[in-house]
Amino acid sequence: MRYLPLTEADRRAMLATIGAPSVDALFKDVPAAAVRRAPVDLPHHAGELSVERQLKAMAGKNLVAGEVPFFVGAGAYRHHVPASVDYIIQRGEFLTAYTPYQPEIAQGTLQYLFEFQTQVAMLTGMEVANASMYDGSTACVEAVVMATRVTKRKKAILSGGLHPHYAEIAATHAAYGDFTLDSAAADPEGLEDLASRIDDQTACVVVQNPSVFGHIRDLTPLANAAHAKGALLVVVVTEAVSLGALMPPGAMGADIVVAEGQSIGSGLNFGGPYVGLFATREKYMRQMPGRLCGETVDADGKRGWVLTLSTREQHIRREKATSNICTNAGLCALAFTVHLSLLGETGFTQLAALNHAKTSQLVEKLKAVPGVRVLNEAFFNEVTLVLPKDASAVVEALAQKRILAGVPAARLWPDHSDLKNHLLVAVTETVTDEDMDALVAGLKEVLA
Amino acid sequence: MTLLDRSQGRSARETAAETASVETFSGNRGLVLEEGLIFELGQPGRLGVDLPDAPQAPNRLGGLARRGGIGLPDLAEPQVVRHFTRLSQKNYGIDSGFFPLGSCTMKHNPRLNERMARLPGFSDVHPLQPISTVQGALELIDTLAHWLKTLTGMPAVAMSPAAGAHGEFCGMVAIKAALAARGESHRTRVLVPESAHGTNPATAAAIGFTVDPIPATTEGRVDLDAFKAKLGPDVAAIMLTNPNTCGLFERDIREIADAIHGAGGYFYCDGANFNAIVGRVRPADLGVDCMHINLHKTFSTPHGGGGPGSGPVVLSDALAPFAPLPWVVNQNGSYAVLEQAKAEAAQSFGRLKAFHGQMGMFVRALAYMLSHGADGLWQVSSDAVLNANYILASLKDVFSAPFEGPCMHEVLFNDDFLKDTGVSTLDFAKALIDEGYHPMTMYFPLVVHGAMLIEPTETEDKATLDQFIAVMRSLADKAKAGTAEAFHAAPRLTPRRRLDETLAARKPILRWVAPELAQAAE
Repeated sequence: MRYLPLTEADRRAMLATIGAPSVDALFKDVPAAAVRRAPVDLPHHAGELSVERQLKAMAGKNLVAGEVPFFVGAGAYRHHVPASVDYIIQRGEFLTAYTPYQPEIAQGTLQYLFEFQTQVAMLTGMEVANASMYDGSTACVEAVVMATRVTKRKKAILSGGLHPHYAEIAATHAAYGDFTLDSAAADPEGLEDLASRIDDQTACVVVQNPSVFGHIRDLTPLANAAHAKGALLVVVVTEAVSLGALMPPGAMGADIVVAEGQSIGSGLNFGGPYVGLFATREKYMRQMPGRLCGETVDADGKRGWVLTLSTREQHIRREKATSNICTNAGLCALAFTVHLSLLGETGFTQLAALNHAKTSQLVEKLKAVPGVRVLNEAFFNEVTLVLPKDASAVVEALAQKRILAGVPAARLWPDHSDLKNHLLVAVTETVTDEDMDALVAGLKEVLA
Repeated sequence: MTLLDRSQGRSARETAAETASVETFSGNRGLVLEEGLIFELGQPGRLGVDLPDAPQAPNRLGGLARRGGIGLPDLAEPQVVRHFTRLSQKNYGIDSGFFPLGSCTMKHNPRLNERMARLPGFSDVHPLQPISTVQGALELIDTLAHWLKTLTGMPAVAMSPAAGAHGEFCGMVAIKAALAARGESHRTRVLVPESAHGTNPATAAAIGFTVDPIPATTEGRVDLDAFKAKLGPDVAAIMLTNPNTCGLFERDIREIADAIHGAGGYFYCDGANFNAIVGRVRPADLGVDCMHINLHKTFSTPHGGGGPGSGPVVLSDALAPFAPLPWVVNQNGSYAVLEQAKAEAAQSFGRLKAFHGQMGMFVRALAYMLSHGADGLWQVSSDAVLNANYILASLKDVFSAPFEGPCMHEVLFNDDFLKDTGVSTLDFAKALIDEGYHPMTMYFPLVVHGAMLIEPTETEDKATLDQFIAVMRSLADKAKAGTAEAFHAAPRLTPRRRLDETLAARKPILRWVAPELAQAAE
């Protein structure tokens, strides 16, 4: 077996050193009834060629995004990731390293985490950021829990523009944890009033920008209303590229910003692994969940990096820890940092502008499709269409024509019959003019 | 020198002479090159990507366009590649050498798994594409689920948890939901052995349980009498790690399972150490109700410097109905995804993560499983346990083992051998770095003073172990010979010497700030 280097001779020699008659003897503490005498009922080992064939057969049954006109978003976005990103993250010193507990031989990981934290703080317009979370959706609920800790209040108000999966995760944690939710109804028009719901029991208001329906709003009035009542504003961003074009949440008064970082550096991967961004104000630094990398000096006075403020973490505080999180999304954070470094200030703002211009271009083209209405006044790279027909059926019909047209709102809100004709459509730099024309033609045909 | 002196990282001329016999002009040392932060390397006007011009289209940003710069540096592609390559050279990974980090299971990461995860049919598929267009992806999830269920003997598995600790959360919420369904929400106490991973009590507390510790015996196992004395009508569950964090199998596990079940509670098993028994012992046969599996440990998806992980949770029949959404189900030969708590998922406790879980990790884990097969996984646990016991047998005359008997896949020593030498456990670990090894886990588990937990894993050969054993013995001899000063100075051959962790915590600097802004802030 190619991954197992011990030979039979090695095993015999080692057993002799140990003084055990067999490997079975080393399992003597296991209750005899539970020790299996033969391997479980699964296939035997296979060579590389065979494994490749088996997995390629499965992969071949999926419709690959890059092979068709593709407009699917709603929390995960198809952007072009430069080849260098994948090269760097596959370097064994990054790929096969552990959490950097021994800083002297983990300066590579620690320095990129420090760079990542800086980039996230810059993008969000906040003062400090952590070294990443599992993904945007779990980072969102961690922000709510942190807000309850900071304010010592127990209620979170969730916007109806928040991605339903994010809201459902918060609901799970509320049901089994120590806070309550006031969840607004789905907000397809982008007109909801959250400020009036805030009271002196409110720990935080959670609002997504752009919303899951694609609306962008100035959150400054909401931030002011929250602060006037002693509540925090949590801003959720599911499309990190939008931060290159839009006023950052920090400039609109956010107290905690969480984001899905997948758009920068990571592929779609059928939903994971992704990378959660988490940023806040300096005064809440010690309340942040997750790993933090900090600057320090070594015994010679040279600049270096270490994991820090770990007294907040589970291995020190155990049942009093700020969260139970132990790992971060280190490698995806590296992909984020490499991709953003390649883009730079110039490239990142250009990429964002390109995404927006293409979306705006598609919105113009959609005017040619009878019966289709675009709900958004202002948007970044995703809009909500109202179709004259059931959107799920339209999407399925277009998928049969090898066009992936977007996410039917019914996939996310199955119980809202008023949303069954709504379709979320995302456009990134990967969409070509031909793709847009194919979508417009396909819609015309299916809706006719 | 102030902390805001941002140049200190790059000019080492004034310090090199003190620390090494060879002084260099640049501060570089052979292949280990000094490297500034990415923010210190940029220059406006460079680009690391070539983007097309944006089409002419109306601006629809609603007056909310970003005003002012972000602060990101501009670099060309070669500079970026060189920067991160240089950083990589300051890192130790399992590809670099032996990584005997107990409880972390650092084994070889096959590159076939990486290649498979990058097949466009897996990597370039959106989680919200029509179900009809992702049948292969769902087949992969279902196939992996089948392997996990078969290896553990459990009837159900929740695939979505993003990491081991997330899996603990999943399992404990399932237990809470099951208790509520039984009308027994008054069960709020969770028993956690003192030797547990720190995430166990943190998880239980996050879900509103009270954590009640169970002491360990002098044999390094759960004190059965103390455990039984704590059982009562308010006990929800025990969270037990098996094999435990002392590297030992809990001999009384069946009795523990029967007792907790007899008292109306559930048995949560922390499966982080599944590596030791995979293919040979099924947790279901030990009486487990619920266990998370760290795919990155047992099934070798890369740790990636801290993540991403993946923590599927196997569940007994009693807990299965409460599994989190989504559920992948096979209906008449095609796959469907239940995304809402209704129909057959009516009792699901809800969602834990957006979308379907860590798909990229699923592909890697399944590639690893298919490569090994049932016969290979049997050999995996055999060799992991053999290697650990070989180190135990080869070092126990010098390094004191606090507990008797064979260990499982990891071996625990304490630092008694360092008594009166002036060398601390930390010093010893740092000295190992100069010898080219990643140190073992130190000061964990907490139940043993000066713990040193060594996990070789099954992918190390005998020669590597023999060399490591020789190094360990030689360092122990040196420590006893009264060379404490040399140990305090270790490591001496790394890109950075001992780093000041206290300073980092006392005056936290968590981000780079442009020098002119830092100066203005002073």
